[in-house]
Amino acid sequence: MSDVTAETAAPAPPTGLKRLWKSIGLLRESYVGMFGAVLVCFWVFIAVFVDLLPLQDPLAQTRGAQMLPMLTADAKDVMHWMGTDDRGRDMLARLMYGARVVLFWSVLATVVAYSIGMIMGVTAGYRGGWWDEIISFIGNVFLAFPQIVLLLVIITAFGPSSQLGIWMTNELGLDKTLVSGSLIIIAITFSTAPQVARIVRGIVLDLKTRDYIAAAEVRGESPLYIMLVELLPNARGPLIVDACLRLGYVIITIALLGFLSLGLPPPDPDWGKMISDGRQWGYNGLNMMLWPALAISSLVLGLNLLADGLREISLRD
Amino acid sequence: MLQLVGKRLVQMILIMITVSVLLFLSFEADKLNVASKVLSQYSTLDQRLIWLENNGYNRPMPVRYFEWVWNAMRGDFGESIQFATPVSKLLKEHLLNTAVLGGLVFFITVSISLVLGVLSGIAEGSSRDRGITVLAVLTTSIPEFASATILVAIFVFWLDWLPGTSPFTNGLNWNDVNQLVLPVMVLVIYNFGYYTRMTRASMAEVMTSQYVRTAILKGLPHGRVIKRHALRNALIAPFTVMILQLNYLLSGVIVTEVFFSYKGFGKLLYEAAMFGDIYVIEACAMVAVFIAVMSQLISDIGYTYLNPRIRFS
Repeated sequence: MSDVTAETAAPAPPTGLKRLWKSIGLLRESYVGMFGAVLVCFWVFIAVFVDLLPLQDPLAQTRGAQMLPMLTADAKDVMHWMGTDDRGRDMLARLMYGARVVLFWSVLATVVAYSIGMIMGVTAGYRGGWWDEIISFIGNVFLAFPQIVLLLVIITAFGPSSQLGIWMTNELGLDKTLVSGSLIIIAITFSTAPQVARIVRGIVLDLKTRDYIAAAEVRGESPLYIMLVELLPNARGPLIVDACLRLGYVIITIALLGFLSLGLPPPDPDWGKMISDGRQWGYNGLNMMLWPALAISSLVLGLNLLADGLREISLRD
Repeated sequence: MLQLVGKRLVQMILIMITVSVLLFLSFEADKLNVASKVLSQYSTLDQRLIWLENNGYNRPMPVRYFEWVWNAMRGDFGESIQFATPVSKLLKEHLLNTAVLGGLVFFITVSISLVLGVLSGIAEGSSRDRGITVLAVLTTSIPEFASATILVAIFVFWLDWLPGTSPFTNGLNWNDVNQLVLPVMVLVIYNFGYYTRMTRASMAEVMTSQYVRTAILKGLPHGRVIKRHALRNALIAPFTVMILQLNYLLSGVIVTEVFFSYKGFGKLLYEAAMFGDIYVIEACAMVAVFIAVMSQLISDIGYTYLNPRIRFS
């Protein structure tokens, strides 16, 4: 059998980098997806290389240069392209460093939530039976909460000033940002992982009936091998699209928590917090609110369009 | 059908019980924390211990839990720490306001998205379809607090047409109805995209089905095919999804209420969370979950009822 296929075999599938290039090339066919990818790449680039950009210190407060409108220079002739906030900090620098803060925590939270959701979903789908019932029930309990209600409950019951928060500060020696950050990740995991689990479970239930799974079972592969090597890689298509959308939601959620002053502690720039800082100044705070609002919208729009483009391409073949 | 409803009811009750246990454990397992929240953080340990004894907190936890659930089922959620009024009274006022806002938003969103979804679904791939799809993605990408910011900038600061907050200091009345415009607009803009895409997908699927093709080939006028054959079947799925989405709508309503200082359920919950008003948080969370679970039940029943294939099987 193997001899025959060796001669008539199709050219070997391109590996590694080549395949990546091919996928990117495919994306070019969808203008919408391409536009989304450009937006996302822009913000990722900013987040990674923000240190190398000629920006001012995002935390430096300049007296006498508070709430400057955009395109004005302060007394020391330092140009503020996007103006300054109520403490005289450069808006452009804060916006760019904010990209790093937002992307760092949202990617981390999404990865954690996705990993847990995938484990829940793939085991529930593959194993079935009572385990499936339990996992599905737990998922339904957390999905019964409107997301913000769940976040508010978790953060008020286990927030930085609760026993868990105090324990993390004192016993684990984490600083304020890390404590808030990990609580945000926990809260997002509780609200997101069940949704991921539900999707993964659905896909796995479909894949489970395929012949190659039966073949692997007959070969005597362990359930762990089947789940990790046979099931998850074959479920990747819809999951990549979903992960893009999910990351967008997580970014909105983190900014939202910042807006509700339940997010990361000041003074680190956080787009949501920047909006709520500007809000209390009414008309004068407009400049402080509009830029972060546009930044977060453009990033989420980029991710949604990218997901749309990817879905379009995956449906094509 | 009855069996399905029964099964759903049992599941719903189980979820409510689990949620109530979780909420009780998160907020009231630590007695001293409850006392410090009620008596403020400046109370002494002795005061807290006396308060705990007087209010029956030294009884075993299961007893306290059942008492709490029993009272909650009769509508007694205790007294708000922040406002020193019964939580049920607060809830009633605020829920009414939220029902007005949410109901209005739901009605407008559903109308807009059904029209747009059908328009784009009957001509899949056309430029109109693409335009509507891109618009739907664009609006769902702007979170409520960002679109609220942008809309306030336009309609309040630039055009000066509308008030920037919606406190309704004289209660809900027709004279202040312009205060409702911005919150409703923000929520409709954020939510209509998803509904539109659901309707579009369902409509597009139905349009490619055999019976629609038969109807067209039979020579029926196009409008009649759409109204009589396609629409009825295409609206079943989006209808149930829209009711299911009430959960998400409620999330958005909370943010919008906080942004515009609208005295609704969401603002009550948010302020309770910031203040540490645990009885209000518990009550709000229970009510929110109850609404969510009920909407799920209604959506299930609605789907079964609307879909004859399930109804008669």
